[in-house]
Amino acid sequence: MTFSTAKPRALARRAVPPAVATTAMVLGRRAAQAAGVVLLGSTACFAIVQSLPGDIAFRIAAGRYGYDQVTAASAESVRAELGLDRPVWLQLVDWLAGLASFDLGNSLVTGASVAGELGIHLASSLQLAAAALVLALIVGTTAGALAAARPGGVLDRLTIVWVSAARALPPFLLGLVLILLFSVHLGVLPAAGHGEANNIVLPAVTLSVGLSGLFARVTRDAVAQIRQSDYVRFAATKGLGSWLVFLRHICRNTGVTLIAYVGVQVLVLVEGVVVVESLFAWPGLGHALVHAIFWRDIPMIQAAALALALIVVAMNTVVDFATAAVDPRPRHKEAVL
Amino acid sequence: MGSRKIRVAGMSAVALLMLAGCAGAGNHTQAATQPLRVVGQFEFHSLDPSTAGGLFTRLQVAETLVDADVQGVLQQGLAESWSASADGLSWTFMLRPDALFHDGTAVTAEVAASALTAARGKAGTPLATVPVKAISADRNAVRVDLAEPFAPLPAVLAHTSTQILAPSSYGPDQEVSKVVGSGPYQVAHIEPPAKIKLAAFENWHGEKPAISEVTYQAAGRAESRALMAESAQSDVTFGMDPTSLQKIKQAGKLNIADVTLPRTILLKVNSGHQVLGDIQVRRAISLALDRESMATALLRDPEMAATQLFPPSLPDWHQASAKPLEQDPAGARKLLADAGWVRGSDGILERDGRKFTVTLRTFPDRPELPVLATAIQAKLKELGIALDVKVGNSSEIPAGHKDGSLELALFSRNYALVPDALVTLAEDFAPEGGDYGAMGWSDPALTSALHVLASGNDAEKAAESRGKVTDILQGQLPVIPVAWYRQSAVVSPRVEGVILDPLERSWRLSDMTWKKQVTL
Repeated sequence: MTFSTAKPRALARRAVPPAVATTAMVLGRRAAQAAGVVLLGSTACFAIVQSLPGDIAFRIAAGRYGYDQVTAASAESVRAELGLDRPVWLQLVDWLAGLASFDLGNSLVTGASVAGELGIHLASSLQLAAAALVLALIVGTTAGALAAARPGGVLDRLTIVWVSAARALPPFLLGLVLILLFSVHLGVLPAAGHGEANNIVLPAVTLSVGLSGLFARVTRDAVAQIRQSDYVRFAATKGLGSWLVFLRHICRNTGVTLIAYVGVQVLVLVEGVVVVESLFAWPGLGHALVHAIFWRDIPMIQAAALALALIVVAMNTVVDFATAAVDPRPRHKEAVL
Repeated sequence: MGSRKIRVAGMSAVALLMLAGCAGAGNHTQAATQPLRVVGQFEFHSLDPSTAGGLFTRLQVAETLVDADVQGVLQQGLAESWSASADGLSWTFMLRPDALFHDGTAVTAEVAASALTAARGKAGTPLATVPVKAISADRNAVRVDLAEPFAPLPAVLAHTSTQILAPSSYGPDQEVSKVVGSGPYQVAHIEPPAKIKLAAFENWHGEKPAISEVTYQAAGRAESRALMAESAQSDVTFGMDPTSLQKIKQAGKLNIADVTLPRTILLKVNSGHQVLGDIQVRRAISLALDRESMATALLRDPEMAATQLFPPSLPDWHQASAKPLEQDPAGARKLLADAGWVRGSDGILERDGRKFTVTLRTFPDRPELPVLATAIQAKLKELGIALDVKVGNSSEIPAGHKDGSLELALFSRNYALVPDALVTLAEDFAPEGGDYGAMGWSDPALTSALHVLASGNDAEKAAESRGKVTDILQGQLPVIPVAWYRQSAVVSPRVEGVILDPLERSWRLSDMTWKKQVTL
């Protein structure tokens, strides 16, 4: 009797494949990390905003009523309405309690739901970042792979010039140059704005130029190094065609290096698009965050920082899994995770 | 191989040029069917009339009871007439009987009274400063009862914060969730914080707007707006910076509409300060300023050098006969010497062991302010005054006023926030001071002149009272005028009828038309 009940349980335990168990464990660990990041991040944001110089009620009133109409009277009414004269720790506890019930609260300036505003801005930023990333990946990896085919060749040297030029050109300047060329002179693309399908082209190209140069160099170095490796030479020796060698061995191994690198760049991209967003009047997260800091809109700052922190955790998790999936070396994936 | 590559490149270039040509041609032939594209600096983060910065009245979506023409003369808005009781304590605004909201409901006195009551409850709006006792609906009229006479009440009811929205604009918590107004244009699509599509309102009682569709796009940076204008992405572009404007003027392809605003850039002085409280010192600072050079080099508009507080665009208040404020460094030095200031070994003035060091606060929302502050800093340094310029947030000015820590502040003041400058002046130069006006300074003659004007009792003496106000401010310098303002808009050659409103209340989109095309 005891045997018969114990047996299926043991079987069930054995039935969970190790990969799934590892994945669940990793995800659990990452979720715990995310919770920690959220707690620490939003408390730090709150503390930093509170310690900034200037009276918060006045800053919020300036955000609400504009610089012509912020007065001591409007600041006092803001203070009373939002309970800004309550003890600081109480305001923090309120925010954390809201967060525990997944309520990001309302903006102190506009009164609108922070989750709604954040959703709009985050979606725009991610859309822009994704478009820039796809462009940069296509251009960068192709150029890198071609350059690595002949190290020291014309294309290789051209990509070095490209990387240096693209990195030396600040996105703001590059954006202006692109607008002057494609909008003012050629008139084929809109200079700035949001809402039409072709609005995304110039900001995405601006962002992708710098990135594509970096991707090209990383791809080029990785490919060149892998081409020299024993396993590629062995694959060639055993008679695999060069195209198959490239697909099966070079691409896959380059992917390991490139995925980790792209992961880092995506984070830099999402967090660093402020200037480009502002130049192209793109209503993204960077744009929203700048406004929120300027206006001391604490719930909005905390929510934006929280979203960015969660993106970091999510991105790292995705990169880890993707690397583990692509990397041919380890026999047991749990070893890398 | 090489030649084939060159051929491909050549073909791509030709294709690109053809594409560009098509786009260019499209711009001209489709003019009549396209919406009017308006670009401006105003983003909208909230739809509430008190905080939306007047965008929806500029776009002619929402109306106020009282309107004003480009000369600032009050006109019918939603109210077709208004009158005050003999004692000036009770005002009646008769509503236009045929007025409809965009959702088809009638504009009733109850709706208007409740919108005004809500506006009155928002601190910082002009209506909140009026001594209102009650606002009620009286058949087809809105009745406003006052605690004391307040002659400029109709002007206050022209302020954008008093716009009348339909009951369907408000959500369950009484927050404005959409803008349903009664103006010639209605909101067709809205995408905060930067994009609005408008369509002409079919049941608008007046003349139908010639252009039936309008899109508004906000762009925060002046450079972006200039490029949008240059690339024909916008038909009318507001909020141009001096440098871009000069460039566009030189290119000569686009038209420029401009108007002098009743706005002045000024230095607010803490007259209760142990150094700046001395009228000789304030005069010396004023004499040190090179207003003409600042206007020419920084604002790119020499005519904007202020000679007195009120610009010519406030004809009732501007005194052509007033002695202009001028630069006179020698005079300034003499005044400071008379006040007991002598140069120390480091070139900074000293008196009784105290160095002449003061702080000036300003903010970057108007990009010319920090630059002007630096120019002022340089001129005062020549006199031996060390000016510490702090560029921060606009709210630091009222905050510094309140806690008394403010010394000097540089900002621009709109004297026509409501069409009658008296309302703003009464606030700025009240005996106890004003956030954007006097600080630690009052003058009984000025207070009584403003009071006489506000009571509206003595219409004949109004001009005399206004002259007195200007004279006192020019002599006492509780604020030191620096420059006036010109507002410019860049207009595509295919648009006609763009007239800028010096009161910045409306963009008058309904008066704009497409230029008639000559077909050959």
